[in-house]
Amino acid sequence: MNAVVLEHVSVRFGRRTALEDVSLSIAAGAVTGIVGPNGAGKTTLLRAALGLQRLAGGSIRVLNKPLVAWPREALARAAAYLPQGGEARWPMPASDVVLLGRLPYRIGLGAPDAKDLKAAAEALARCDAGSFARRRMDELSAGERARVLLARALATGASILMADEPAAYLDPAHQLGLMDLFREEARRGTAVAVTLHDLPLAARLCDELVVLHEGRLAAGGTPAAALSDETLARVFGVAAMRSGDVLAAFRRI
Amino acid sequence: MDATIAAIETKRGPRLMLALLALALLAGCWSFLLGPSDISAGALLRGLFDGQSAAGIIAQEIRLPRAALALVVGAALGASGAALQGLFCNPLAEPGVTGVTPSAGLGAVVALYFGLATIHPLMLPGLAILGALAAAAILYLLSRKGAGAVALILAGVAIASFATALTALALSFSANPYAMSEMVLWMMGSLKDRTLNDLAYALPLVAGGVALLLSAARGLDALTLGEDAARSLGIDVAGVRGRVILGVALATGAATAAAGAVSFVGLVVPHLLRPFCGYQPARLIGPSALGGAAMVATADVALRLIAPDGQLLLGVVTAMLGAPFFLWLILKMRRAS
Repeated sequence: MNAVVLEHVSVRFGRRTALEDVSLSIAAGAVTGIVGPNGAGKTTLLRAALGLQRLAGGSIRVLNKPLVAWPREALARAAAYLPQGGEARWPMPASDVVLLGRLPYRIGLGAPDAKDLKAAAEALARCDAGSFARRRMDELSAGERARVLLARALATGASILMADEPAAYLDPAHQLGLMDLFREEARRGTAVAVTLHDLPLAARLCDELVVLHEGRLAAGGTPAAALSDETLARVFGVAAMRSGDVLAAFRRI
Repeated sequence: MDATIAAIETKRGPRLMLALLALALLAGCWSFLLGPSDISAGALLRGLFDGQSAAGIIAQEIRLPRAALALVVGAALGASGAALQGLFCNPLAEPGVTGVTPSAGLGAVVALYFGLATIHPLMLPGLAILGALAAAAILYLLSRKGAGAVALILAGVAIASFATALTALALSFSANPYAMSEMVLWMMGSLKDRTLNDLAYALPLVAGGVALLLSAARGLDALTLGEDAARSLGIDVAGVRGRVILGVALATGAATAAAGAVSFVGLVVPHLLRPFCGYQPARLIGPSALGGAAMVATADVALRLIAPDGQLLLGVVTAMLGAPFFLWLILKMRRAS
């Protein structure tokens, strides 16, 4: 089932075109990777799909309902977003950061209820972050902070999860660990969309790939089909060095 | 994160509020009992309720407005500081430093010395609120254009200098022989010779402002994750910003109209209380209001103990404490980054 469907979506910033006539779908129960060179429109695509970006054209459906028809709070419960370089700007305890993911369920100033605490604890456990839940954010390493922020997004319990460059600034072990968490989420039926810079990582861990180039859809499909030699040369200006079938490294053309 | 931790957490908040409330009331009572006339506490309290005799008049007309206004002004400044810091994600943001208080002072001076305050008593707090709103709106627009923490503070310095200069100019042009001495009063703030009327106008406006700030608290929590994340959590970010700006303008404007420009309360109080509130902006606003009330009332007691002749101004005491604190905060931030 497709959780998010974009049809002929265009976004403009003033005169500059950020997205042009992009049609694609993000499936439930799978990890969809969005790749492309810097400035290709990856972040804009996620923001548009979440209703954070006004469209210049086209339409978006979320869970079979037009995006524009979603009330703000209901959409917040259905789709969680992990922005790029997301940080908690005050050194709050990790568990309180994760509880922010429950805001769409909390009205007024009331303290989080048992259900909120349970969801937050579960999200922390899933991200293997329970052991430092009481530590302050500024006392954690970058890898630990990334896991807490992911737990924040998971605590919402949304059926759609979008993450913008979650693997950036992480060392390889933490990158793989984080991607495993996304795969685990997809196995639970969540529609996961992540933008990634690291093409081998994307090829290895995503079920579907979308390649963006200068705001347009350049290729899509399984990683092998999307990252063909032709696409790599045209979009990224590199040639692949594969080990077996798997994309391993690049060289300049 | 198990249930026991959550239980501790929910218990600690009310306890902190109760402790701060006790502190504020204690300082308020001390302020009420302190004065040049030698009247017993019992006589003052009796006088407060029956209004008879000299003790009654002193209690109702002099002591009560001063003590209660100290609490109201402190609550306004403490809550405004906490909310501004939350909105800009910047521990240096504060009504005084960001120029909101000096601009409110300018509004008040214009209302007073150009006869507008004689049209209707609400003109005085009204113009002060308008001044505060203008400064807060400029800051808000700058932050929307991506101005960072330091740029915002620098903009605040410029707004504050400009408002102070205009205040001096307004006072020079007004046909007022005491312009110079009154200017000092407005720029440094004082609670001397306030009336019940001042209290009656300040109290509801400050209460309304603080209520607006509290209504934005949830949104401020979400904004710690950045604007996009906050919006994705279903928060109306523009609405939160508007409520904070308006709430700060109402509270700070009304407080400044009553007491002049008292600075640094909104800086020091939230910073001291933040560790006790889990660094969470929403949980900080209420305690900061109570803590600010306690701080201003204590400062107003202290300055009368130090200089019983009334020569020491409230803003002098808060700035003497606050300005070194501000510098220390900047140094600490530099070391952290």
